[in-house]
Amino acid sequence: MSDPNDVTRRTLLAGSAVAAGIATAPALAREPVASRKTSSRMTPKMPVSLTVNGQAEALTLDPRVTLLDALREHLHLTGSKKGCDHGQCGACTVIVNGRRINSCLTLAVMHDGDHVTTIEGLGSPEKLHPMQAAFVKHDGFQCGYCTPGQICSSVAMLGEIKDGIPSHVTDDLTHVEFSDSEVRERMSGNICRCAAYPNIIAAIREVHEA
Amino acid sequence: MRPFTYERAASAQAAAQAAVAYPNSKFIAGGTNLLDLMKLQIETPTHLIDVNHLGLDRIEKTPDGGLRIGAHVRNTDLAADKVVRRDYAVLSRALVSGASGQLRNKATTAGNLLQRTRCPYFYDMSKPCNKRKPGSGCAAIGGFNRNLAILGASDACIATHPSDMAVAMRLLDARVETVDSHGVTRAVPIAQFHRLPGDTPHIETVLQPGELITAVSLPKPLGGRHFYRKVRDRASYAFANVSVAAVIGDGFQHFAFGGLAHKPWRVEVAEGFSGADAIAEAVLSGARTTPHNVFKTVLTRRTLGAVLREARA
Repeated sequence: MSDPNDVTRRTLLAGSAVAAGIATAPALAREPVASRKTSSRMTPKMPVSLTVNGQAEALTLDPRVTLLDALREHLHLTGSKKGCDHGQCGACTVIVNGRRINSCLTLAVMHDGDHVTTIEGLGSPEKLHPMQAAFVKHDGFQCGYCTPGQICSSVAMLGEIKDGIPSHVTDDLTHVEFSDSEVRERMSGNICRCAAYPNIIAAIREVHEA
Repeated sequence: MRPFTYERAASAQAAAQAAVAYPNSKFIAGGTNLLDLMKLQIETPTHLIDVNHLGLDRIEKTPDGGLRIGAHVRNTDLAADKVVRRDYAVLSRALVSGASGQLRNKATTAGNLLQRTRCPYFYDMSKPCNKRKPGSGCAAIGGFNRNLAILGASDACIATHPSDMAVAMRLLDARVETVDSHGVTRAVPIAQFHRLPGDTPHIETVLQPGELITAVSLPKPLGGRHFYRKVRDRASYAFANVSVAAVIGDGFQHFAFGGLAHKPWRVEVAEGFSGADAIAEAVLSGARTTPHNVFKTVLTRRTLGAVLREARA
């Protein structure tokens, strides 16, 4: 590192991960030999072809690798976040073949041939997606950890309303209309620990009305 | 996750054959429940058979005026299907009251039927659970069992089935169509598909090893007005405390209940009574409650009452 002040959050986190590793090393050393053997047993890796944000990607992955880990750890697209890793928080939401899904609850090998859009594919710092711009304008976040998932989810969710897919709060199943209560219900799979919900709804409403 | 090998099945029968060839295998479709459980090592298959590419994703009319729903039709697509919304609205309503938008985009019709309980002790690897580890005991019976079963439970297990969709399927008298490794097909009435826990709570359905669900079929539409009322601890994205599916028409009424038992609960004889008190009394006959979950008896009666009032309005 040339400038000691040029510490990014990523390098800082990497540094603390090393420190944490040292702290836990004795615990690992006490692990019984048999269980170590099991956990290190390898399964054959498999080829996986994905189109991510318009770019063809060829990977060779352990079948256990989730789509989220393939994006973050193998393709270094760290915009999609790992919150709960169990499909409860929505931080990992990406769009696969036009549909929003929890990328933590699906295996990368199951998506061979699929098209994936992550937050990096929606917009860039120079050219924000309208939803990204609306989140900034309406202050739709505080810490920002859930935001990539919120934005991917919002974009696909507006498509679901447009396609007439009903929700739990739709009065007439055959007539789906945008409303704040529809947005609240449809976004319930994206948790915001900072509770920026009113501003998230304002941002989504602005994009809908644009 | 424990290591496993993975294959994409080429046909339904080939999938069933693979499941017989690999005894510790699992079919995977949506994966939203299975992978959750595999990460916690509650499920530890050594082989996964991906059944997403079998063409079982269509909804079609049957010759008798009913509907055949492919096993891997996604919950979102089933809820949004025009025929389902018009003729089987109770099913659409039940589907959209479950999970989140992201999960419904992935979860399948067959997988929804086969999802495991959300009993907290089933999930807690440090506690005994007869469903997770047969013979180990049940920590839920003397534990925090507020949201667990009051009907059909046993001394071995008081888990509930978490599905909303299955409750509507039970009301609609759905049939679960399967194929086995020999290519033999059968259709199991939904009433017989899920088992009560008895002393083998780890065996949840009548499916045989390797048997694959290919479709769920519905008889011709009932008509009437359709309701699915779900009471839960938060307004969205939570499992039911109690849910009531109802179809009420001229001279008939049908009800099925969620959140009460190891399977969707329906008492056909209760449908001949009138008024929430009489119907609920018949439905709840034989209920075994704990101080934590006794509220479900009152909640069942009141939720049913709310549905009946809405039907009269």
